[in-house]
Amino acid sequence: MADAIDPATRFAKTDFVIRKERIQAISKALFLIMVVIMIIPLLSIIAYLVYHAMPSLNWEFLIEAPKKGMSEGGIWPAFVGTLYLVVISLAIAAPIGVFAAIYLNEYAKENWFNRIIHLAVINLAGVPSIVHALFGLGAFVYAAQFGYSIISASLTLAIMTLPVIIASTREALASVPASFREACWNVGATRWQTIRAIVLPNSISGILTGIILQVSRAAGETAPIMFTGAVFYKAVARGELFPYYLNEQCMALSMHLYTISTQVPNVKESIPYATAVVLLCSVLVVNASAIALRVWLRNHKKW
Amino acid sequence: MNKEVNTDIVRPKQIPRRAFAAIAGEKLIELIIRLSGVSAIIFVLAIFFFVFREALPIFFSDHFDLFKFLFNTQWYPTSAVNVRYGTFALTVGSISITFLAMLIAVPFGLGSAIYISEFCGPKQKESLKIIIELLAAIPSVVWGFIGLTVMSRMIISITGAPVGVNLLNGGIILALMSVPIIVSISEDALKAVPDSYREAALALGATRWQIVYRVLLPAAKNGLLAAVLLGVGRAVGETMAVLMATGHAVQIPHGLLDSVRTLTANIAAELGEASVGSDHYHVLFLTGVLLFLLTFAVNLTADFVIRGIRRK
Repeated sequence: MADAIDPATRFAKTDFVIRKERIQAISKALFLIMVVIMIIPLLSIIAYLVYHAMPSLNWEFLIEAPKKGMSEGGIWPAFVGTLYLVVISLAIAAPIGVFAAIYLNEYAKENWFNRIIHLAVINLAGVPSIVHALFGLGAFVYAAQFGYSIISASLTLAIMTLPVIIASTREALASVPASFREACWNVGATRWQTIRAIVLPNSISGILTGIILQVSRAAGETAPIMFTGAVFYKAVARGELFPYYLNEQCMALSMHLYTISTQVPNVKESIPYATAVVLLCSVLVVNASAIALRVWLRNHKKW
Repeated sequence: MNKEVNTDIVRPKQIPRRAFAAIAGEKLIELIIRLSGVSAIIFVLAIFFFVFREALPIFFSDHFDLFKFLFNTQWYPTSAVNVRYGTFALTVGSISITFLAMLIAVPFGLGSAIYISEFCGPKQKESLKIIIELLAAIPSVVWGFIGLTVMSRMIISITGAPVGVNLLNGGIILALMSVPIIVSISEDALKAVPDSYREAALALGATRWQIVYRVLLPAAKNGLLAAVLLGVGRAVGETMAVLMATGHAVQIPHGLLDSVRTLTANIAAELGEASVGSDHYHVLFLTGVLLFLLTFAVNLTADFVIRGIRRK
């Protein structure tokens, strides 16, 4: 017969199980601490920035032009300049990126050529921003003779944001089920008709989310525009809506923050903080709305 | 049964004019799509071509020697009597700051990814992923500003160093910047491990930690390696943050509190001053070529590592 088992300890945990559960609890706590250590200081840094920016943060600061050699006043010219750069660069990058993604997802077959395109997209995404700046300087400012201008800076930014737009659009296109396309082909539609009538309408929201996320990237970059079209200072009237021509240089928020925090002496202390907070908040608001859009769409997905 | 089926396809004798316009339009749009498809290749080649073209004249200059450019620590591009273009100190600066950043970012990035992927519930997972995505969006110039103000003051008050902008500062800032990318890619790698692996381990009575340690880490190690490599790529290429946070001394650092200068920051700092067409200007472009090739190699390796997993 089998050994008699004491009913009281029959289902009790053995030492081995107790030890393994203890290790499990410790490891879980450890990983949680890692996450917390990563997030808490960041939130407190942002709070610190906002706290120091408080004295300058108001409506006047946003729509006022800089004064007294940029040591006082507001950030309006830089803010508008950033808007110009973002809008123009995305107007260039978004169509090319979406078409490229359509090619990769809908037309391309698995072969060596498309493998090379894939590698090119990955490498384009990994090129350091300062190398993009050198490229913009060599290609647009000098070779194409656009000079230091908004158009050169926007083109440089467009090429920088392109690979990410390609990747996110491709993901959105790939999430449309293949059966949708097959149904459309079966009623005699051509490839492009299928894309226009079925694939794009069903993925447009995902594509838009990807493009909106690039708004913040384009707004935040400094190095690529520093040598192609952004300028330290440009006189712009308070609240003027269209202060720049495309062949002129412009101010930009990111560049302005770099300039007033490293190059300009005797800046009023709260101004760089306020500039950083305005830049940070614009970027985070844009990104948060893109993420909210994505979450909303996921909850309302039809298939 | 009639075995003779008419196999001739009935074709209209003439294509209607509207259909012809539609076909032409479709051909045009497909051409645009194909052109956009190859745009990425064109742009990568164009970047290399234009940066290299501006760098090329330096090879014909008397003051230049490729060996010295790579392995000499003397960087005096504007010296009146003895111009020297040695980037070794800058390379060491880039490597040391990347190494320090990875030393901090890799454990935290992997740990966070494991927690998000394996230990927390769906609600918590969703919100943590959103926070990390928002962290990734913070512009590098804002990171640089944080380094210049918050971090630098903290370093001075804790270590008593005379200047707060140094290797340690830049390393911490870069670590914080590369953590989000490491987290999101390692999380993808962990997600790619089939659930049947986890279920098999659970059925044997393994705890979550045992699954992570014995099953997931070995199974996902290529993806995790790729995550680290992409983090390295980001850290090497970062410009504005290191420009503002590392101080500006061209020297080989001997300790954490020494100021350094990196390859990227050097270009950003000096390109504005170098007169167009001068040796100095061409050398800065050559540094750009060096950086391009370096990140190209890192990204290519990361992609091959990721591809290795898919094939399995």
